[in-house]
Amino acid sequence: MNKPSITVFAALITLAFLGVTGSSHAQAAALSTEKQDPNRFNRLLPPKDKRTPPVAEDGIHDPKGAGVKVLQEPREAFGVLIKGKGGNYVDWVKSLDKKKIKPLYDLDDPELVPMTVDMNIVREVKGTMPDVVFPHEQHTQWLECANCHPAIFIPQKGANPMSMVDIMLGNKCGVCHGTVAFPVTECRRCHSKAKPMKARQKVSAKSTRK
Amino acid sequence: MLLAAALTTLTLGAYAPPANAEYGDIVINNYSDEAGMRPPIFPHWFHRIRFRCKICHSDLGFKFKAGGNDINMAKIINGEFCGACHNGEIAWSIENCEVCHSAKPGTPTQVHRSTLQTLIMPLGK
Ligand code: HEC
Ligand code: HEC
Ligand code: HEC
Ligand code: HEC
Ligand code: HEC
Ligand code: HEC
Repeated sequence: MNKPSITVFAALITLAFLGVTGSSHAQAAALSTEKQDPNRFNRLLPPKDKRTPPVAEDGIHDPKGAGVKVLQEPREAFGVLIKGKGGNYVDWVKSLDKKKIKPLYDLDDPELVPMTVDMNIVREVKGTMPDVVFPHEQHTQWLECANCHPAIFIPQKGANPMSMVDIMLGNKCGVCHGTVAFPVTECRRCHSKAKPMKARQKVSAKSTRK
Repeated sequence: MLLAAALTTLTLGAYAPPANAEYGDIVINNYSDEAGMRPPIFPHWFHRIRFRCKICHSDLGFKFKAGGNDINMAKIINGEFCGACHNGEIAWSIENCEVCHSAKPGTPTQVHRSTLQTLIMPLGK
């Protein structure tokens, strides 16, 4: 937001709170009684019961629109899928494997099945975290080579510098992981390969020397 | 009176707890606000149950960028983007305006609950 629009916005808020109508008085009062305990147990962790809320209460759908009355509740759809730990709280890989979902691969030919490639790329990770294994198999179930090559990744092992911060900023793996595919909070699904013993000792020796 | 109502909505909007919609829901708002329509919401979870990413992101040419495809109604009725399916054959057709145009007015283009949106401390610069 630029400066002038912030000012306008602030002015609008003040105006509304001064009570232009009776109803805004009532709403302002309701808001103040909802004030939270400053020393509540979890200040920053969003509560579990806020996951997968009803469409009308999710904060972006307009409860006054006609759309919310017909849209499907995600809870209803996810009930028959295999649960996951983050994102949609659905394990999309297992749900596909176990045929809980049967997404089309082609609009013209519903029988077409993806050409999957079973090729794992291991990326050695700096520090103590387990190495990252990138599986082509699970990706080519959903995506085509051209979705990643060459725009996101040059198809050559090690040719693409990556780091965790870069991924969290939405680049490389973070184009999809953190927007649509399972999010970065599920560390172990990517960091899945234990480091060879020697490398681990080297790292811990380095950290104790300090 | 109308103005007052609009102001109240604005205020409540500013004080509402952070939105908590489904992971991957995309709000597209390049033109909708200006045109006086509620912005459309595209639910990834709903579509990926039925279609693999490849159909939309290769065959139909949706780029991996919320708001980055310059979608408008003329293209949709010509069978591009959403209109490749929402044509009364593969899915219900476009006269059902409000099913797509379902966001609160003023909601900016965003990918819902993306890493960047949920981080407590902003990353990088
Ligand atoms: C989700 C993204 C994604 C998709 C889809 C994808 N790849 Fe890759 N591919 C990668 C990544 C990541 C690497 C590793 C790059 C690196 O190490 O810097 C890679 C590496 C490769 C390499 C280099 C291997 C080596 O040993 O040097 C080849 C070849 C390759 N991919 C072929 C394909 C083909 C063929 C397809 C389609 C069937 C495909 N990829 C689909 C992400 C993808
Ligand atoms: C173009 C989008 C895209 C990119 C880029 C991408 N992924 Fe994925 N990835 C997916 C999708 C879609 C799935 C299926 C699971 C899901 O949606 O949660 C998946 C699944 C996986 C899985 C399988 C997990 C399991 O349970 O078997 C791993 C591991 C993974 N990704 C790691 C990576 C890594 C590491 C990178 C970067 C080198 C990467 N991905 C880049 C889209 C992507
Ligand atoms: C989508 C896959 C993915 C997920 C999920 C993921 N990482 Fe990573 N991580 C990577 C990749 C890829 C690299 C870079 C490896 C390389 O150097 O080639 C990396 C690198 C790292 C590094 C080394 C420092 C750096 O930036 O290179 C650390 C530490 C790390 N990750 C921690 C974590 C933690 C903690 C989590 C969970 C909160 C996590 N990662 C989740 C893919 C992932
Ligand atoms: C039915 C069509 C459709 C399917 C299927 C689909 N997407 Fe999308 N995707 C979209 C649309 C529409 C957008 C938003 C484009 C816009 O705003 O112009 C989008 C945007 C994205 C973005 C950009 C988010 C950002 O950071 O701006 C990513 C990443 C993405 N999709 C990944 C995926 C992955 C991974 C899959 C498969 C698991 C998938 N999509 C399946 C239609 C689809
Ligand atoms: C690949 C085909 C395809 C594309 C492209 C597509 N849709 Fe859909 N969409 C469907 C199908 C199929 C349904 C389910 C129809 C039914 O239930 O009868 C659907 C349903 C929906 C729903 C209703 C979900 C619910 O809760 O019932 C919304 C909203 C929606 N689409 C929005 C969009 C928007 C916005 C776009 C473009 C950005 C788009 N769709 C692009 C196939 C598609
Ligand atoms: C399948 C989903 C879908 C349906 C149904 C739909 N729209 Fe849209 N509409 C979109 C998308 C996506 C955009 C692009 C939004 C943006 O960037 O602001 C859009 C943009 C618009 C815009 C602004 C841009 C322009 O082209 O003028 C108007 C006005 C609009 N829609 C009106 C309507 C009306 C009226 C209907 C019902 C007859 C309707 N829409 C039905 C998806 C849909």
